[in-house]
Amino acid sequence: MSVTTPQPGKKSNRIGLEMQPYRGGKTTLCAGCGHNAISERIIDAFFEMGVDPNQVIKLSGIGCSSKSPAYFLGGSHGFNAVHGRMPSVGTGAMLANRKMIAIGVSGDGDTGAIGIGQFVHLMRRNLPIVYIIEDNGCYGLTKGQFSPTADLGSKLKTGVVNDLPPIDTCALAIELGATFVARSFSGDKKQLLSILKASLSHRGTCMIDVLSPCVTFNDHDGSTKSYAYVKDHDEPLGEVSFVPFFEDISVEYDPGTSKEVTLHDGSRLYLKKVAEDYDPTDRITAMRLLHETSRRGEFATGVLYIEPDRDDFIELLNLVDEPLATLPLERIRPDKAALDEINESLR
Amino acid sequence: MPASDVAVQETASQSSTRRVVNDFSIQVATVNGSGSQTANLVLLRSIFQMGIPVSGKNLFPSNIAGLPTWYTIRANKDGWIGRKKEIDFLVAMNPETAKEDVLTLEAGAAVVYDEPLKLKELRGDLVFYPVPFDKLVAAVCPDAKLRRLVRNMIYDGILSRLLNADLGQMEKALRKQLGKKTKAIELNLNALKAGYEFASQSLEKRDPLWLEPMDKTGGKILVEGNAAGALGCVMAGCTVVAWYPITPSSSLPEAIIGYMRKYRTDKATGKATFAIVQAEDEIAALGMVLGASWAGARAMTSTSGPGVSLMSEFAGLSYYAEVPGVIFDIQRVGPSTGLPTRTAQGDITLAALNSHGDTKHVLLIPASVDECYQMAMDAFDLAERLQTLVFVMSDLDLGMNTWMSDPFPYPTKPIDRGKLLTPEAVKRMGGQFGRYMDIDGDGIPYRSIPGDGMPAYFARGSGHNARGQYSERPDDYQNNLDRLARKFETAKTMVPKPIVDEQPGAEIGFVAYGTSHWAVEESRDQLTRENGLKTSYLRLQAYPFTPELAAFIERHPRVYVIEQNRDAQMLSLMKIDLTPDLSARCRSVLHYNGLPIDARSITDDVLVQEGLKAPAAQRAVEFAGGSGVGGE
Repeated sequence: MSVTTPQPGKKSNRIGLEMQPYRGGKTTLCAGCGHNAISERIIDAFFEMGVDPNQVIKLSGIGCSSKSPAYFLGGSHGFNAVHGRMPSVGTGAMLANRKMIAIGVSGDGDTGAIGIGQFVHLMRRNLPIVYIIEDNGCYGLTKGQFSPTADLGSKLKTGVVNDLPPIDTCALAIELGATFVARSFSGDKKQLLSILKASLSHRGTCMIDVLSPCVTFNDHDGSTKSYAYVKDHDEPLGEVSFVPFFEDISVEYDPGTSKEVTLHDGSRLYLKKVAEDYDPTDRITAMRLLHETSRRGEFATGVLYIEPDRDDFIELLNLVDEPLATLPLERIRPDKAALDEINESLR
Repeated sequence: MPASDVAVQETASQSSTRRVVNDFSIQVATVNGSGSQTANLVLLRSIFQMGIPVSGKNLFPSNIAGLPTWYTIRANKDGWIGRKKEIDFLVAMNPETAKEDVLTLEAGAAVVYDEPLKLKELRGDLVFYPVPFDKLVAAVCPDAKLRRLVRNMIYDGILSRLLNADLGQMEKALRKQLGKKTKAIELNLNALKAGYEFASQSLEKRDPLWLEPMDKTGGKILVEGNAAGALGCVMAGCTVVAWYPITPSSSLPEAIIGYMRKYRTDKATGKATFAIVQAEDEIAALGMVLGASWAGARAMTSTSGPGVSLMSEFAGLSYYAEVPGVIFDIQRVGPSTGLPTRTAQGDITLAALNSHGDTKHVLLIPASVDECYQMAMDAFDLAERLQTLVFVMSDLDLGMNTWMSDPFPYPTKPIDRGKLLTPEAVKRMGGQFGRYMDIDGDGIPYRSIPGDGMPAYFARGSGHNARGQYSERPDDYQNNLDRLARKFETAKTMVPKPIVDEQPGAEIGFVAYGTSHWAVEESRDQLTRENGLKTSYLRLQAYPFTPELAAFIERHPRVYVIEQNRDAQMLSLMKIDLTPDLSARCRSVLHYNGLPIDARSITDDVLVQEGLKAPAAQRAVEFAGGSGVGGE
């Protein structure tokens, strides 16, 4: 893996921007860290989708993963919150300004341990946000302790064996009501990019668990989150192809082998099936797949579950179309007649 | 011996012609969940409608139904509406506490009680009025299932007769209380009249307490502090509220919901100009507030001490990343779960210094419902102007009890959104946005807001330099902390100043804040009238302290800092700022048993410390909310 971001190109995207505003600061993570590859895919996805960086908010908690929003989309507002609490900060921000596109980056400890409570409620609310877990099964920034996604029986470099079962964040997210749930691998450029681009067209919570080996603390023979292990045990659910609404549909799929899902903005997601009966819009099918693959010690990757039509949290709250943050005073301060009426009722 | 005989034979010590007019307290002891609140509010409101200054305090258990609860009404012609220590008139409806309630009364007090309780036998120095409540209610309420709900209205009728509370005012208050519920009004009205009739025919007035119409409440309103604070938030243009249920705070966000739905729904579209979220806990509540404020909304949460404890980490982030936020802390008794339904001023240091590291916060401290309303608006302006967290330190006594007030005035100022980044400001920064640069010299930087088209920045709780970039450089860190300290100095020029009432020649100064105010003012009156002691008084309205505080202490050789906590929390904060000389002048008067502080306790404590009275041998047995009956 390389730590450098893609070479600046002269090409511009559909809103006329070059790659530069999509890039971020220089990474301070370890060379070869899977998280850097994820940052690169995020840059690519936002560039290719032509999302205006000014309309994006980047959020994170604490940990190696949570440092990464500084390394992409330098022109976007960012908020590196406290450990495990990014979901609440993201929720508040999106309530304040529903026009923004939110991307949150968390880690397996930030999500699965200290932040599991907020994670659970974020999924329930179906807040419009792309929530990425950079999942390496360990606490990198504090030197390699197990996280709650560490697999049963996996070993630390020091020989300590994990004897607690892992939390499957994808299964949890589906169970709790997330409407777009995917798993990918930081080393699978094509799949991850397709998933990220598709997530930008979905309205609701997109939970993407990206296996991202920790090269320093968890990339050894005893680890089930090492490059070698994941490469050998990655079971792609099928090819994920994404066609944004603004592109002509030129891709042809054999109707018998693909599942097409129309996303909120008219974009289309094609899932080329490996298993003939896999229906990503069926929650029970998705849960069965996750349980079966995990029993075999494998990771199913791809878009596992999608529910394109459910109302997101903003719609549930019936908010006005404009951002609450910038409503003029006359719309947020009741008039004198209203206050008089209230005073009168208290006499 | 029949009860009616008891009443007639009673030879109370107070059978003289002494009349006590518009200056007494009534306590109603009932069972939680028995529907007594309507009867109590009707009684309170009818006294209010008679023009007599009045306050109502609910002393309730941490329980939904079945445990003892007491409601205390104080009528006072001079306007003293703090808690009065002594109960002058008891309505004993709760068999479980009746005995102790009667035994703790001062001699001469009057008792209306449910006849089967046989309370009269307990003491010979009280005036007893036995009332056959069951018999009376059965006669006016044929439906046995509803009797429980109207039974309490009978004591209102009894008191109307015994105390000379106008029955017409009672009826008016009842109609106001019940609104359009015609059947309920009819039933309650019958009960009210039955009580009045019974008292007319069977009870001979033998206590000295009388209500007489006055003209001191004209134009005023009756409201709880939490409703007032809620209204302030609505008028402040608050757009995002996140909260987690906790006594005694919940009624504040619930009142916001009520007002927002009615007055902040967009008329054209039917859509909400507000977002209210019941969060998963207090941590998430403050997280949502900070996320929303960072994105430019006016956001608030409301909680109590345990919630503030949970919020500590985010509070530090607000301070250090300079994200505005408003927290109402409706203080209750701690430590730990403490007494969730009792009052205290026990979160002062918790809030002022909330979170790890060198963290300090701005506190606004309302003493009245009007200040709950005004300070809600001030809090949002200050939070945005200073880009920091602002606590509004209310308490259970203020938040959940009913207080008189002038009507809420319509705000005269537009809202202050603080220093929002402009192209001109960027120019002054050398052409590049520095989120934490102090170009004005007041410690307050400029902020941009997502979506505003101005340059973005990365907000973080980790070390950063003036341009908002991650930095571990010692000079960056120290410079930033020093600027934050400068900003806190600037805050001193913006927070509400203390209110000072200085008596020429007074050697004693009082310093107090929040709801202690009412007892303090009454105590000053007692000290003047009874002991000839003149006192000056400074009421703090905010932290950080302004120069007026030290100047006040300089002018008074002895200063009593009066607080409703054990550890003299405000005095501890004062001592951080004061010179050793001035610190040495300060003494404490502390009250922390869960009941609102009362004037007599202050007066007695001050007299002892002044050497004018011997210390009590032991803490007097005071009515303390029953016999320790518990419940979460």
